[in-house]
Amino acid sequence: MKAAAVPNRGILPGFGLTLGITIFYLSLVVLIPISALLFNSTGLTWGKFAEVATDPRVIASYKVSFLTAGAAALVDAVLGLLLAWVLVRYDFPGKNIFDSLVDLPFALPTAVAGVALTSIYAKTGWMGSWLAQLGIEVAFTPLGIIIALMFIGIPFVVRTLQPVLQELEADVEEAAATLGSGRVRTFFSVILPQLAPPLVTGFALAFARGIGEYGSVVFISGNMPLKTEIAPLLIMSKLERFDYAGATAVAIILLLISFLLLLGTNLLQRWMRRNAG
Amino acid sequence: MKRNLKKAVIASVVLSLTVALTACGSNEDQASADSKKIELLNVSYDPTRELYESYNKAFAAYWKEKTGQEVTIKQSHGGSGKQSRSVIDGLNADVVTLALGYDIDAIQEAGLINEGWQSKYEHNSSPYTSTILLLVRKGNPKGIKDWDDLIKDGVEVITPNPQTSGGARWNYLAAWEYAMHHNNGDEEQTKEFMRKLFANVPVLDTGARGATTTFVERGIGDVLIAWENEAMLSMKELGQDKFDIVYPSESILAEPPVAVVDDNVDKRGTRDAAEAYLQYLYSEEGQTIAAENYYRPTLESVKEKYKDKFKDIKLYTIDEEFGGWAKAQKEHFSDGGIFDQIYTPGK
Repeated sequence: MKAAAVPNRGILPGFGLTLGITIFYLSLVVLIPISALLFNSTGLTWGKFAEVATDPRVIASYKVSFLTAGAAALVDAVLGLLLAWVLVRYDFPGKNIFDSLVDLPFALPTAVAGVALTSIYAKTGWMGSWLAQLGIEVAFTPLGIIIALMFIGIPFVVRTLQPVLQELEADVEEAAATLGSGRVRTFFSVILPQLAPPLVTGFALAFARGIGEYGSVVFISGNMPLKTEIAPLLIMSKLERFDYAGATAVAIILLLISFLLLLGTNLLQRWMRRNAG
Repeated sequence: MKRNLKKAVIASVVLSLTVALTACGSNEDQASADSKKIELLNVSYDPTRELYESYNKAFAAYWKEKTGQEVTIKQSHGGSGKQSRSVIDGLNADVVTLALGYDIDAIQEAGLINEGWQSKYEHNSSPYTSTILLLVRKGNPKGIKDWDDLIKDGVEVITPNPQTSGGARWNYLAAWEYAMHHNNGDEEQTKEFMRKLFANVPVLDTGARGATTTFVERGIGDVLIAWENEAMLSMKELGQDKFDIVYPSESILAEPPVAVVDDNVDKRGTRDAAEAYLQYLYSEEGQTIAAENYYRPTLESVKEKYKDKFKDIKLYTIDEEFGGWAKAQKEHFSDGGIFDQIYTPGK
């Protein structure tokens, strides 16, 4: 009660100062580089922009990028929930090691991940040769891209879910159980609504990461135009040919779609949070 | 807490000042050309790493004896286009030794290299040359002898993407030039040939080394289209018992050019050493090192000595077949160019 009497003063000094620093740093590391991309004088005209935006090869690369990133983020959302659940709710020997393993994709250079995944999943690799017998080709197909992106994205989901799961008291479930709910009903009507907002956040983070991912994908995707060529590779390919304007155009479209998708998921998440409360 | 913070702030200020001061110091060192020590930066492309490691030692010894000046040469390697872009963006290269004239032209257009760089040294400023040939698995199970074997059904061809790799552009042009000669110069039939060839490519790596890895380490594909020096290096590194080199009936004369970055050497006062560095590549010693590293020498005496190593096949130059790099680049590899058309759906 007493806390309410104290004027709203945070630990950090003055709102003006902190906001100033926030905006300054955000500008320095995010806004200025991105606006430099938007306004760079590489001779990007509307005509050039339209030409790039409607090029079938560019459109195909967006499809590949967004579909594989979306699929990988969906799988990660399900698997990540399971992983986070196990890590929070159960005790088992070596739990700390497993917990640290989750973060490893953050630290590993993505190119290393790409090379490693390719050698495992190529037709000559030990997973790939086994899957090839079942008629499933992984490396150099969209499936390979999805696997690389799952690897890159999984920590985002687990790390957003973990703290929320820790907060969730087991007694809510026990209460549901005493009121006669079965396991399935408890999960879907008691637990899932509370987990939905962080789940969407985790999904959005993994998705966004997947759209921009370059290093791990170029090795495993095979980079076939119109089939497994991702948008970031097309940007690199245009830069390699000194086509700065074309590269900028592809980047701007990528940025725009990503921003809209992320804005959408953010709104969805806020709406869910309000409805969950 | 507060005291710790103060300490941290002071420490970081002191640290950044020291860094700034030492940075200034080293700049001054580099600026004075008279000093006894000098540093050169050679910005090159991927497969020349081994070549310049040996050449730099030889040149340093030669320069020391000639002028008494100690020279250390730093190397930077990567995809040729990427390297060229770094130099344009301000990487302080004294000399560039890249895969294609086109990449040096781009630096010239940015104003860092004077016009006419390509006639400054002999042989179009290409001290050594190379060519494109085929590497197959031991015993050549698919019986590949020439370019037209690459478009047969069931043959998997490994080559990087010509839009991201300088080396792959040479591969592509070599195959194109062969198809032109065998279709009486008919462009439509040649395009069809290229379309079939690229339909046999299961993986388009972004660079030459990546393609070599796919073929050699992952065991994917029946034939690798490769630089002569990369093919010979793979043979040497991995043993003769795994691969065979196939010399096609004709190929392209790859001329990797060299140039002094005029703007940078004038600012840094390193012009004399930089020019000598490139000139010495044409000397007996420079040429021998190039030959030892699987590049074709241009000096007659050295050529003669290594004639068993480099098989004589008919080689065409890009100027006679394609009218120079700028034209080839625009026609084949720009957006909507012939390479794009090969992948256009419905065709």
